[in-house]
Amino acid sequence: MYAQMVKSTGKGIKPREEMSAQERAFQDRVDADERIEPRDWMPDGYRQNLIRQIGQHAHSEIVGQLPEGNWITRAPTLQRKMILLAKVQDEAGHGLYLYAAAETLGVSRDDLTEDLLSGRMKYSSIFNYPTLTWADIGAVGWLVDGAAIMNQVPLQRTSYGPYARAMVRICKEESFHQRQGYDIMMKMAQGTEAQHRMAQDALNRFWYPSLMMFGPSDTESVHSAQSMAWKIKIDTNDGLRQKFVDQTVPQAEYLGLTVPDENLKWNEKRGHYDFSQPDWDEFFDVLRGNGPCNTDRLGARRNAWEDGAWVREGLLAHARKKAARKTAAE
Amino acid sequence: MSSVNPGALPETDGKSTPRRNEWPLWEVFIRGQHGLNHRHVGSLHAPDAEAAIHHARDVYTRRNEGVSIWVAESRHIAATAPGDKGPLFEPSESKVYRHPTFYDIPDDVGHM
Amino acid sequence: MAGNDKDALLNFLLRMGDSALILGHRVSEWCGHSPVLEEDIALANTALDLIGQTQLWLEYAAEIQGEGNSADDLAFLRDAWDFRNFLLAELPNGDFGRTMMRQFLFDAWASILLPRLAQSSDPRVAEIAAKAAKEAAYHLERSADTVVGLGDGTAESHDRMQAALDYLYPYVGEMFLSDEGDAALAAAGVAPDPASLRNEYDALLKRVMNEATLELPDTRFTHSGGRDGRMHTEHLGHLLCSMQWLQRAYPGSTW
Repeated sequence: MYAQMVKSTGKGIKPREEMSAQERAFQDRVDADERIEPRDWMPDGYRQNLIRQIGQHAHSEIVGQLPEGNWITRAPTLQRKMILLAKVQDEAGHGLYLYAAAETLGVSRDDLTEDLLSGRMKYSSIFNYPTLTWADIGAVGWLVDGAAIMNQVPLQRTSYGPYARAMVRICKEESFHQRQGYDIMMKMAQGTEAQHRMAQDALNRFWYPSLMMFGPSDTESVHSAQSMAWKIKIDTNDGLRQKFVDQTVPQAEYLGLTVPDENLKWNEKRGHYDFSQPDWDEFFDVLRGNGPCNTDRLGARRNAWEDGAWVREGLLAHARKKAARKTAAE
Repeated sequence: MSSVNPGALPETDGKSTPRRNEWPLWEVFIRGQHGLNHRHVGSLHAPDAEAAIHHARDVYTRRNEGVSIWVAESRHIAATAPGDKGPLFEPSESKVYRHPTFYDIPDDVGHM
Repeated sequence: MAGNDKDALLNFLLRMGDSALILGHRVSEWCGHSPVLEEDIALANTALDLIGQTQLWLEYAAEIQGEGNSADDLAFLRDAWDFRNFLLAELPNGDFGRTMMRQFLFDAWASILLPRLAQSSDPRVAEIAAKAAKEAAYHLERSADTVVGLGDGTAESHDRMQAALDYLYPYVGEMFLSDEGDAALAAAGVAPDPASLRNEYDALLKRVMNEATLELPDTRFTHSGGRDGRMHTEHLGHLLCSMQWLQRAYPGSTW
């Protein structure tokens, strides 16, 4: 899962002539595809943007555990239960890698967590949609992970070393996520009439929210331009969205499912599918906290955090006692 | 690469102390199946070394990646500073005679 | 195989498989809700190991049963009275402390039993146990450390762990009950008599609880009814409602 709508702190790209010598040297390194490492000098804006983007990416992984975790106890076979559990566990791992990457920029994981719980930081809008049937678990893997992978693969080349390395590990591990989702969709679409209906319903509900995952059109955005100059964003939102549609439509056809878009049509001249934009008012509503599951998702994370405080404190207290006893014995 | 440990925190002024109840950060090094050196794979939080090893096993070897784990608390890792890059690493660039390809050996001699 | 021996073996396999399944299911309920990310990932590993063991035990159970069932049929299509898991496994998670205490009490039993089962005269049992024994050894290391850490942590964590132990301890004895079937399996060298494991278990518990500064309840009373299906707790039915729902609602589907 990934970051969406990261508002940069800058005011557009700084022209080269306004840069200090240090900033120019930094931009030259980025332009030369050198990796920026934690102890290197970096502009404040770069650091702040990265903290927001990586933090949001990490939060998305953690909140992203919930819609799928919702079905672990109801998975229909032992094998499916294990696959889903392993997948949701991976999301936790990916959150962990990303928090660690953010921590190299001088923030703590606990602070980031509190920023998530207080609503100061966001996570991807997609996780505020419910998973209502087992086919939704297929659709999440196929569409949501598909969209995420599309965004994450280029981020393996992002300019910040720890982020790029985390993405390499994440992309490697995620390679099975989309495939297991599509595998579920095949079973459902080719199954009984009821299963086929569930599969179509899942596609109907997840199609537009998946398109929203790439964020609104970035043609106007000054934020995107700066992020791209810093190579913490590699492709445009629109470019990725088009790529996703082009890739996904034939997959839906193979399943015998109908993409819920009357305007969907192959455009011979462009060599791409034409398609309808999602309802961007709905998108902004969800970001503001009014999605179907925002309250439940944050509530679940808050409970985990607050109910777990005594555990974190207890184990730390024990570690300190043990260390003190060891020192006393020496 | 300007930092020995890619996961190391930026240098702090010593004033910013970790949050009172946040578990310390550990760096994890894993030796894979094929006998190569331990390699830095990432970081995690744990209350002490034993727990850090357990967590490293659970977090970083889920896909059969390792046969041995080292953990070190991040704050104990010393690293080169970015500014030292020139003096530390550039002098070795001119020592081409350390590399086998520097020497021309006639084909007739056979593999060497 | 004589009828009685077959029943004894089937019961034994169901007890192993069902206990792993129900406990694995309980542990999986934590996924996404644990106190800290590292624990979330660790608990998922435990659940994955247990459900993996389930598959092996129940597959063999289905073969012995000989009615053409699969492991999935046994897991998803039997009702509560057919389940043979220990009551301990089906108790609700409670707080993280109770979950880890339950895990420790189970791991301690598994880590003593499984290495012995790896020597079973039944090669299938031996093979499954050899794999599961390695997993159980790791689970025990982790759950014991957590019980010690929380027991000897803060005043609050200590009190919560003591409460967990007090609540769970009356379910421990069921793991060591024996009946005629167990005696037959022991005589045939298939599995040790459960009662014979108790001393080693008690010693292990005493050592860990001592380190955790927790007090073992002074009682030998035990709830029972899970291992023979005579009387499960009310909790099992609710668990099965979720677990079996899809298979029950859409029978005959392929997933």
